[in-house]
Amino acid sequence: MDASALLDCVTTSSCLVTQTTSGLIVGMLLFLVAAGLTLIFGVLKIVNFAHGTFYMLGAYLAYTVFQITGSYWLGVLGGGLGMALFGVLFERFLIRRVYGANVLMQLLICYAVVLICDDLVKIVWGPDFRAMGMPPEFQVPPLFILGGVVPPFYLVLIAVSLLIGGGLGLTLGLTKIGKIVRAAAHNPDMVSALGINTTLLYSLVFAAGGALAGLAGGLAAPVRSLTPGMGFSILIESFIVTVIGGMGSIGGALIAAVVLGLIRSFGTIGFPQFTEGLMYIAMIIILVSKPSGLFGKEIV
Amino acid sequence: MASGMVRTRIWRDILAGCLLVAVLAIVPALIPARAFQDFVIRCSSMALFATSLNLLVGYTGLSSFGHGMFFGLGTYSFALLMQRTGVALPVAFLLTLLITAVTAVAVGAICIRLRLIYFAFVTLAMQMLLHSVVISWVGLTGGDQGLMGGIPRRSVLGVDLGLQYNLYVFSAVVLVAGLLLMRHIVNTAFGTSLRMIRDNEVRAAFLGIVVWRVKLTVFVLSAVFASVGGMVMSLFVSGAYPELINWPISGDAIFAIVMGGIGSFLGPAVGTMILLLLNDVVTRQTEYYGLALGLIILAFALGLRRGVLDFITERLGGRPAGGIS
Repeated sequence: MDASALLDCVTTSSCLVTQTTSGLIVGMLLFLVAAGLTLIFGVLKIVNFAHGTFYMLGAYLAYTVFQITGSYWLGVLGGGLGMALFGVLFERFLIRRVYGANVLMQLLICYAVVLICDDLVKIVWGPDFRAMGMPPEFQVPPLFILGGVVPPFYLVLIAVSLLIGGGLGLTLGLTKIGKIVRAAAHNPDMVSALGINTTLLYSLVFAAGGALAGLAGGLAAPVRSLTPGMGFSILIESFIVTVIGGMGSIGGALIAAVVLGLIRSFGTIGFPQFTEGLMYIAMIIILVSKPSGLFGKEIV
Repeated sequence: MASGMVRTRIWRDILAGCLLVAVLAIVPALIPARAFQDFVIRCSSMALFATSLNLLVGYTGLSSFGHGMFFGLGTYSFALLMQRTGVALPVAFLLTLLITAVTAVAVGAICIRLRLIYFAFVTLAMQMLLHSVVISWVGLTGGDQGLMGGIPRRSVLGVDLGLQYNLYVFSAVVLVAGLLLMRHIVNTAFGTSLRMIRDNEVRAAFLGIVVWRVKLTVFVLSAVFASVGGMVMSLFVSGAYPELINWPISGDAIFAIVMGGIGSFLGPAVGTMILLLLNDVVTRQTEYYGLALGLIILAFALGLRRGVLDFITERLGGRPAGGIS
């Protein structure tokens, strides 16, 4: 532990700016992944333990599309669309069979998919680290804000994540399909009785969740090294975010993700060894004092 | 009459256990392969651990994702006591049980307030917290490297567990004793209240069962048995390593339970054997262990839809086991 280093950092504007932006990046990417997780849980009451794998596959897909087309944005789009399709197949052929089953059965199926996909990635892309590298359009000198170094790409990442998150929020809050999704989260039988095709709806929700994770993976590809198994740490972190924000709450996920990102980036300065421990402590405290999370609806 | 039947069953179980130990003790004379003994030792450790988790999952309906913390706590406490203090092995064994029990009371008191997926998450968080402590407290635990330097003074009642064969028989004895004790626990009135809580918690409470007390008790008991599995593992690997307290350990136990059969007492032990066999066979055949194991798990989960032993019990026309699908 090094509390003085942490104090030095928060009192220096350059360190404060640098750490805040890196915390925000981690937080925003985490938010996209966790938003999909919480959406799927909110509507289907399924904990998608394979969600980190969606993120990983999205990153690899984006990497390959980028290699072929040379366009970063096409890569991100490819990651998102590819994982939307993957989400639909995953729901249709695997998860649909264990609706209502014990959570252990769901865990088992997801874990099998995680194992299979990690190895498929090894076969297709090789077991070693892959680096996408910074896309050419972002290879520009960094900005200096209050003495802190901020690569412009970071700001673009934060803005795009916010846009996607905002789009999701508006879709859920204002459109008809958003209304149906919220109604299905509340009472799927009634929605079904009203003549709405919930089977299709569930596929759609998984597509949206997959797309969010795939987009996050694609967006993150230039600043993360791609490895088989990279999905796991983000899975655990998005669980923490989902639990703290309240399972099923998108807004809660946003706040929790940003807080977690900041804890991470400042924690690495103060106590690099115990940053993860801090996150688990936060999760335990929230779970025990308010199991529904900060912004979740009360659970019975 | 009923108590007579119970007594007969106890004696039958003890007899079967002794028979298993006797057979295992003879086998190395016929098949002198060291790999077989290693397999039995690992299997004993993991089977005890998986069966202890099933006290929670199968019998009480508490799906813990963090049971590995007690397995890991067993390895670390035992290895530390043996390395840092001068106590004899049996004393270290008992002290580890005590440490685990005290920890489990504290952890359990927090966790059992939650239900379903929230219970699963809070136990996972607890385990990961303990894992973080182990990783960051380098001075005590060796951090990433783990506790190296071996386990000294490995003798129990004059038997040197440093010898492979002795450790092999010892772990078989510990396994059988542990299984017999757990078997006895689930067959008592206490075991009946566990199943009642699993099936209908509210009704159990109305019938006068103090639900939180029963849940906490079974949480502590299962933790203690998990730590016994951890101690056998600690003797086998001569120390304690962070992987033994990380989340995949909990995952292994869960898969052993689900594959072996959640509704049968011996299901988790059978599942452990299948999982370890798969592990050994598949890793020898292909480097794509995950791919093969994943496909096998999918076949199990979607085809059989229940554990092997549950499947067999149902096929033989036995009472319908408490399936999970």
